[in-house]
Amino acid sequence: MTHSSQPLVEVDQLGHCYPGKQALKQVSFNIQAGQFHALLGPNGAGKSTLFALISRLFQVQQGDIRVNGHSLRHAPAALLGNIGMVFQQSTLDLDLSVEQNLDYHGCLHGLSTRLRQQRIEEELARVELLDARHKKVRALNGGHRRRVEIARALLHHPSLLLLDEATVGLDPHTRASLNRHVRSLCEQRQVTVLWATHLIEEILPIDPVTLLHQGSVLASTSAHALCQQTGTTSLVEAFEQLTSRPPPTDGTNL
Amino acid sequence: MSLASYWYAFSGILKRESLRFIHQRSRFFSSLVRPLLWLAVFAAGFRAALGISIIEPYDTYITYEVYIVPGLVAMILLFNAMQSSLSMVYDREMGSMRVLLMSPLPRWYLLLSKLVASTLVAIPQVYAFLAIAWLFDVEVPQVGLLWVAPAVILTGVLLGAIGLFISSFIRQLENFAGVMNFVIFPMFFMSSALYPLWKMQESSEWLYWLCRMNPFSFCVELIRHALYGKLNADALLVVSGCLVVFTLLAVLTFNPERGQIGKPNQR
Repeated sequence: MTHSSQPLVEVDQLGHCYPGKQALKQVSFNIQAGQFHALLGPNGAGKSTLFALISRLFQVQQGDIRVNGHSLRHAPAALLGNIGMVFQQSTLDLDLSVEQNLDYHGCLHGLSTRLRQQRIEEELARVELLDARHKKVRALNGGHRRRVEIARALLHHPSLLLLDEATVGLDPHTRASLNRHVRSLCEQRQVTVLWATHLIEEILPIDPVTLLHQGSVLASTSAHALCQQTGTTSLVEAFEQLTSRPPPTDGTNL
Repeated sequence: MSLASYWYAFSGILKRESLRFIHQRSRFFSSLVRPLLWLAVFAAGFRAALGISIIEPYDTYITYEVYIVPGLVAMILLFNAMQSSLSMVYDREMGSMRVLLMSPLPRWYLLLSKLVASTLVAIPQVYAFLAIAWLFDVEVPQVGLLWVAPAVILTGVLLGAIGLFISSFIRQLENFAGVMNFVIFPMFFMSSALYPLWKMQESSEWLYWLCRMNPFSFCVELIRHALYGKLNADALLVVSGCLVVFTLLAVLTFNPERGQIGKPNQR
């Protein structure tokens, strides 16, 4: 159960080292339930490492992460059951159909045959891909593949959805559409979203944002408050001031 | 997680392995071509050169074709296991391994399920090969066709665990073939698959002992005896023991941080 005053996600003093490189340094921030929380940082900031730690792909070296009260160190299975993930790199099996990909994920999360069928239909209907259920993933375009990955990530009804640079490689229109779809999940299904991006256009002023740079959290507040704190008029300027570098942008607005 | 969840996960992994196998029809045929070449060409050439005395589990003199069939069954399993390891390294590099590892079930269970599922996929290959071998007058007793199934599963999982263990140390997909050449060929040639070990002993004592200690020799003998409805207790013991040891080693050394997702410059 999630208490209203207790954050759904607590990242606490997280650190991670690769041989010869400190990727994350005492990273701490919280995410409230039902929020669309942006994790902003340039390439190499440590976003994917953070995601790999939350999803238990990497062993935690320092600190801890709690999702819905489940600690990654003490109850990793319960934590994994609470998260759905869309990776930066597509993890769909191209030679299997959309339905077969989702079914595989449902099996791995212990869903019964009946429940899998029901959830697959529901989730594919939500992303408007029910008609494509028998198509091979290879036949889908990039935007549709991302939608399939979102449907798959939500199949076991997680409370937290992690998206790691999910719009990389998509055209601006598809990016905007995907961003809107994920935001609607927060409003309609109360799913908590952690959206990692290096593109400032994908963040709205009201969004809570954690700014990650060279493995450290520079700020964790709303985009609007970040501008106020830095005395700047836009998130672009705030980013520039805090990181001493121009923000990556593709020049489009959502 | 309930017991049913474990079953659903295993069935999902098995279904995926089967679908991938079906989509790679050429893999099925190539898995048969290799042992059939040995049976049709190599055996024909060596039949005259290699005399086989009466040895366990055979009750009489046998042709060389009859002798090598169990070794060729093990060869199918060996190549299938290495193919499965390659597919795991590929999945790790391409990222699809992450879907498997994000299951809330224990990692050892997921890896073991993958090993068992890959082995079950090899069973039709084994029976297809035995059916074709029958055309070469290698007739296996009907009871042997039943007995060989558990021997094939044990052997397949053991070889898969060895492959997974080795693949834990392979950082890049490109290195896989090179490393496996140092595993597959010594393992196969230094075993009782192609010649009885007493023949090896006549040539070299130390080579004989190397072959004798090779777990693959025990796999071949387990299959050989099972094909004739007999149990080789020593082979069963060694194969089971090695299976436990290599599965443990494979699970303990498995590290998803290796490969694509472990490269710092990818972060």
